[in-house]
Amino acid sequence: MRKNPWLFFTLLITGFVAALVILPFVGIDLITPAQVFTAEENQIQHIFWELRVPRVLTGMLVGSVLAMAGMTFQALFRNALATPFTLGTASGASLGASVYIWAGWSISLLGISGQTLFAFLGAITALAFVYGFSRVKNGMSTNTMLLAGVAIGIFFSSLILLIQYMADQAHSLRILRWLMGGLEVVGFRQFLEVLPFMLLGAVVIYFYRWEMNLISTGEDLAAGRGVNVNRTKIVLLVTAGLMVGAVVAVAGPIGFVGLIVPHICRLLIGPDHRRLVIACVLLGGIFLSVCDALARLLIAPSELPVGIVTALLGGPFFLWVLLRKKIS
Amino acid sequence: MILSAKQCSCQVEDKILLDQVDFEVEAGLRYAVIGPNGAGKSTLLKALCRLMTLSAGDCILSGKKMSAFSQRDLATWISYVSQTVFNTNGFTVHEFVLMGRYPHLSPFTSLRKTDRDKVDAALEMTGMQTFAQRRLDTLSGGERQKVMIAAAMVQEARIMLLDEPTAFLDPLQQDQVYALLETIRARTRVTLIEVTHDVNRAALSHDIILGLRQGRVVFCGTPEELMQPEVLYAIYGKHFTFARHPENNCQVVMPTGKSI
Repeated sequence: MRKNPWLFFTLLITGFVAALVILPFVGIDLITPAQVFTAEENQIQHIFWELRVPRVLTGMLVGSVLAMAGMTFQALFRNALATPFTLGTASGASLGASVYIWAGWSISLLGISGQTLFAFLGAITALAFVYGFSRVKNGMSTNTMLLAGVAIGIFFSSLILLIQYMADQAHSLRILRWLMGGLEVVGFRQFLEVLPFMLLGAVVIYFYRWEMNLISTGEDLAAGRGVNVNRTKIVLLVTAGLMVGAVVAVAGPIGFVGLIVPHICRLLIGPDHRRLVIACVLLGGIFLSVCDALARLLIAPSELPVGIVTALLGGPFFLWVLLRKKIS
Repeated sequence: MILSAKQCSCQVEDKILLDQVDFEVEAGLRYAVIGPNGAGKSTLLKALCRLMTLSAGDCILSGKKMSAFSQRDLATWISYVSQTVFNTNGFTVHEFVLMGRYPHLSPFTSLRKTDRDKVDAALEMTGMQTFAQRRLDTLSGGERQKVMIAAAMVQEARIMLLDEPTAFLDPLQQDQVYALLETIRARTRVTLIEVTHDVNRAALSHDIILGLRQGRVVFCGTPEELMQPEVLYAIYGKHFTFARHPENNCQVVMPTGKSI
């Protein structure tokens, strides 16, 4: 695949289009194209256009963002285990959203829901803590940032537990369900909320493709080649943090996508971010939308939170890919 | 004079790594930086390409304060080949060398033919063309060092800094790397500044040698001036045994036959 990236991208684009076209028809009840594309208005059309299509689109968007954010963190920290949630951004976003749910507010600003805004605030607060701490302590050393991120993530998670403990049962359950991650959207509002962040984030991340290549080999080496390492780190961390904040606000903290998708892409087409960014967008979208389809089907007529499916499916698949690579 | 260090000091917490270093570099010459461990050799190199921040003084590059250069502009003047083993991260030789073009690339455009041609030329000059599609982590130490030098070459900087380019290499590979550097200098007129622990190599292959001890410059001169007992003692705090090289009659130092 690495020697023939066109084949890889052809397969990915085919998979992406196939997922986009096929998955809206899949669910507890299978919908046929004849039922949707008929002149008479019916309930199934409503389910298809108001529930299934937005859900698949949102899933693809969320998957793409998580995969891109994971790839970015892995490059910046030169650490294969870094994920979109490594720097406490997801815990921060979760805390923001939990505070909003707990307070029972209902606000929006410029068409962006209060929950999304609070999730942003949380994500950016976490990033600001990590950045500020690292800067004071060790001039933005990667290890210090990672450790600070883990510590802040744990601290924010504890605050979420505290909020859940103090909240009434209804709010507490709502927070708990939200923390499991899910894509139960109605209409295109959530999709449209996340879309600008994803597009802008993807452009910024692609803009820094050479810098990520160089930083992934070492910061001294990157600086010697002319990369402004600190500025690159700040721009990419804030970009990824905003993207993750937007996604977590809509879908909760869905794990594993940001870890395994960049790894699979890297194993198949190599570490060059000129290709990796695009591959992560496509495969992240396919992976999460397929996982969500499975979440709808596995225990039908009930639904599983998609975060459980990504972990159940992603873990063993990831191990299989690693073993296969080792053997070959 | 292309580069100079003016009263440069570098301090990390309480430890002084460089202490008021003055040093001038003429274009096209080959410099060696020698000194005992902890003398500040690598720190000086890092300070010269701004990988370390000076606590006092400044470096002047082509008549302009180095602090006035952007990192990208600086990279078109100075390239750096580090001593430390970097994270190869699965890159192939070609991909890695291509990254050396970074200061000349625009984020808005794709690669130009000239970029690819320069990479091919550097791989050819370093003898690494047949390894272009090999992953870096499958190469030997000497091959990897040549790739590092090729990546620095495509950067097209006028000064190349090398931190112990032959550390960890066997004698044959050391010869190959030194011959390669001489070829590069002859063809491109690049100024080379190399940190080395090899006193003989410093004297035989370089025009000017800078001797550091405890962060201070204790010697700056030609190979003939270096190969004096009192000079080497001032740098290393140790007495050397001298001999004449049978091929060119230059002074060289000999290893002692027993531990002293």
